[in-house]
Amino acid sequence: MREIHVDKVRETVKRLCMEANYYLPQDVLNAFKEGKEKEVSPVGKNVFDILQENAKIAATEEIPYCQDTGFAVVFMEIGQDVRFVGGNLEDAINQGVAEGYTEGYLRKSIVSDPLFDRKNTGNNTPAVIHYSIVPGDKVKITVAAKGGGSENMSRLAMLKPADGIEGVKKFVLKAVNEAGPNPCPPITVGVGIGGTFEKVAYLAKKAILRPIGHRNPDPRYAKLEEELLEEINKLGIGPSGFGGKVTALDVKIEWYPCHIASLPVAVNIQCHASRHKEAEI
Amino acid sequence: MSAIKITAPITDDSVIENLKAGDLVLISGVIYTARDAAHKRIVEALDRGETLPFDLKGQIIYYAGPAPAKPGRPIGSVGPTTSYRMDPYAPRLLEVGLKGMIGKGTRSKEVIDAIVKYKGVYFGAVGGAAAYLARCVKEAEVIAYEDLGPEAVRRLVVVDFPAFVVNDIYGNDLYRIGKCKYMEIEDPELYRC
Repeated sequence: MREIHVDKVRETVKRLCMEANYYLPQDVLNAFKEGKEKEVSPVGKNVFDILQENAKIAATEEIPYCQDTGFAVVFMEIGQDVRFVGGNLEDAINQGVAEGYTEGYLRKSIVSDPLFDRKNTGNNTPAVIHYSIVPGDKVKITVAAKGGGSENMSRLAMLKPADGIEGVKKFVLKAVNEAGPNPCPPITVGVGIGGTFEKVAYLAKKAILRPIGHRNPDPRYAKLEEELLEEINKLGIGPSGFGGKVTALDVKIEWYPCHIASLPVAVNIQCHASRHKEAEI
Repeated sequence: MSAIKITAPITDDSVIENLKAGDLVLISGVIYTARDAAHKRIVEALDRGETLPFDLKGQIIYYAGPAPAKPGRPIGSVGPTTSYRMDPYAPRLLEVGLKGMIGKGTRSKEVIDAIVKYKGVYFGAVGGAAAYLARCVKEAEVIAYEDLGPEAVRRLVVVDFPAFVVNDIYGNDLYRIGKCKYMEIEDPELYRC
């Protein structure tokens, strides 16, 4: 057994919260450059210029790229030969979020309960934490700062198996079309297909973590990603929703086996502020 | 793109009459931030006949909740939030004199109609461009509902804050115009241009 002190987890989560919010990943920056070239609308091109400038200012001055610094969604891939010592793991993760959001001048956007008090918790906790146990003695931590605007435009449906590929395509296209300018296009579209009700939403969220341009290893799903991207970019929404050819930078699909009676599909929309950072302990 | 410079608050309706969907404007002067929770309180105060924390007449409200300011700066990153969440409140505010709203995303028919009826304007700023837009904010001060944290009402002094006219008093909608110009799918189930 390899022992890992929870303080190490806390420090890592704290750092990742700040870095995710200041520095956009290189794949997203590259996609902005390519997007500007592909875009035909002059206003759309101008939006790409602004996004590139925004990314530069955020990184240079170490201030958040977007004021909505998001819900901290933490993915913990824990090697089965690891044992945590020195305290409660979940408390350490939340402490890391609290320190990262407070010391990093990030906005606190979480309210205590959804219906009654809606009182800001003051330190952006709790995080949403997903644990998975994997082989080995390492811990991989990914922090995604997920903004509310794009999350609100996400959709889930339990389709009939008879709806098939066309049904999935129609549902994804409808979700993106209805979202329109609201989720801050150019977006990345995470699609989950299969599994159960809760699994499919998780798949859609996992999908947006994959770098832009990386296709699903299954060539059938890879082809579907490309077809969906092409269709979405015919919707005319464009950068910032002001009209144009580049509505999405990419479409990512993650899938899982499903029940004979089901065809679950989920669409998790990621705004252009695609903020996630990972580290291995 | 050439830009139209306007001053906030808007004291003359001719300013509004000159704005058309698609115009780029640069806003200078005083604007106020308010989002979901602040709107709820403002409308509740109006319902009770109370005095508002600021006079709405001629004002522009920016739908935004900034990130905290780093030491020595007036404000943290501050981009627009999605506007539809303020749709239930906006017509009421336009009725009592609000002139402009800055946000991102589509508005309801009720809001678009109220913009025409009360001579208002809805501006769309580039969503997510929060570090960029913060540079236009020279001063910021919480003037009401401090307990709401990022959702408190702030008085901002802005210089050349860029935004596009989305909904004008003539009933035009930039999102619709833009989409219909570039949409390549003909499917009335999806969208009718």
